[in-house]
Amino acid sequence: MVTFRTADTRPILSRGPAAGLRFFIYAMLCITLMWLDHRHNYLDQIRHATSLVTYPVQVAVSSPANLWSWLQQTFTTRATLRERNDTLLEELRATNLRLMRFEALEQENLRLREMRAATTGVAEQVMVAEIMRVDLDPFRQRALINKGTHDGVFKSQPLLDAKGIFGQVTRAGAFSSEVILISDTEHAIPVQINRNGLRTIAVGTGDPNRLSLPFLPTNADIQTGDLLVTSGLGGVFPPGYPVGTVTQVNTAAVQTMAEISAKPAAALDRDREVLLIWVKQAAEQKDTAPATDPGTETHEPGNSVPADPAPQGEPPA
Amino acid sequence: MSRNTLRRLPMIVSIVPALILQIVPLPDWADMARPDFLIITVLFWSMMAPRVGGLALAFVCGLLLDLFQGLVLGQHALAACLPAYLAMRLHLRLRLFPVLHQALMVFLLLALYQFVLFWIDGITGHPVSHWARWLPPFTGALLWPVWIGLLGHAYQRT
Repeated sequence: MVTFRTADTRPILSRGPAAGLRFFIYAMLCITLMWLDHRHNYLDQIRHATSLVTYPVQVAVSSPANLWSWLQQTFTTRATLRERNDTLLEELRATNLRLMRFEALEQENLRLREMRAATTGVAEQVMVAEIMRVDLDPFRQRALINKGTHDGVFKSQPLLDAKGIFGQVTRAGAFSSEVILISDTEHAIPVQINRNGLRTIAVGTGDPNRLSLPFLPTNADIQTGDLLVTSGLGGVFPPGYPVGTVTQVNTAAVQTMAEISAKPAAALDRDREVLLIWVKQAAEQKDTAPATDPGTETHEPGNSVPADPAPQGEPPA
Repeated sequence: MSRNTLRRLPMIVSIVPALILQIVPLPDWADMARPDFLIITVLFWSMMAPRVGGLALAFVCGLLLDLFQGLVLGQHALAACLPAYLAMRLHLRLRLFPVLHQALMVFLLLALYQFVLFWIDGITGHPVSHWARWLPPFTGALLWPVWIGLLGHAYQRT
């Protein structure tokens, strides 16, 4: 075996208890840190400051991958560019067509809301953030984005991609923020079935292509292909944004709860750019809380499972 | 003082690539099995130069891991201190073991590290019970002969 020269010059014998004591001190220090951080969130300021140190390292680590994609983009052929341009034009045309209808509908919606003397609360501001190519814990669905409090990002701010809800900010640093995806096992998002307004909660499974809806009874009115949109309850996500489509409904008669899976609308595992949005929170809350309309209350009594403690009767979006 | 800094130089220099390897983006399958580069480096230094780096090194590296990828500050630090302490206590014996035997011991220490992480995850309410969570100790033990080759080489030259 190779022998190594050590930098040890002091005698060996005098070190036994000191090492044990030092270990004890360090362990106590760690436990205190964890306690302060987890129970009291005292260390948020410190974390915010240290993100200034970690950010350059993260930028340095993600730069080769960024360079590679930049090179790829720079040297794409004319044919691929034209092809992409054509598909984009096609998409734009289709979107414009739908937008025309949407504007009319929005006006109508505004008028209706005014009649009910409710605030609209959809004044939104959007900012594009890029997902940094740094690996966090592989067993959690988390990501790091390159915008922080410096750009106005705040904790539990919702994120979207082009197709639907992406996640929310868990920790906002100065120039970068940590994001939890809707597919994380610790994440749950209040949703509503677009077809009939049935409300429930979509829980992440740890798989970026599957959400689970564990809180619906077997006789709930839900089918494969149903679009799930955010319900706006909970106050984090604005109402009416697509979350996913139902892919599987398993209603075994012996169980009280149906096993329902949905596929997230956002491309959670492929996105490079996401949208941060700012919503006027106060207006939203006022809008949802006191409203009661019997229209959505025609479901089974089992609908009010513990997962849905918020006031019943939010108007369907 | 300057002598001390000089002694610590290879240690500090070796931590930087280990940290980068720890957070560099990899495909999903490789990400799950990614060895704990930083912890292996810490174990190497606690075995070969327990007086110079020791627990302070383990603590600092653990905190770095917490800052870069942890949920609770102090989790990786505690998990790193325990195997580093054991490696320090046993360093005279461990240094004499043949490399494969050493790799086995490193496997046990890394499993202990992973277990402490798992345990704290459970206490703080973010449990991860995926089986692949126990892959890094295996890949870490496999990496050990290569890693001590690299680090030992760098260390000898200084």
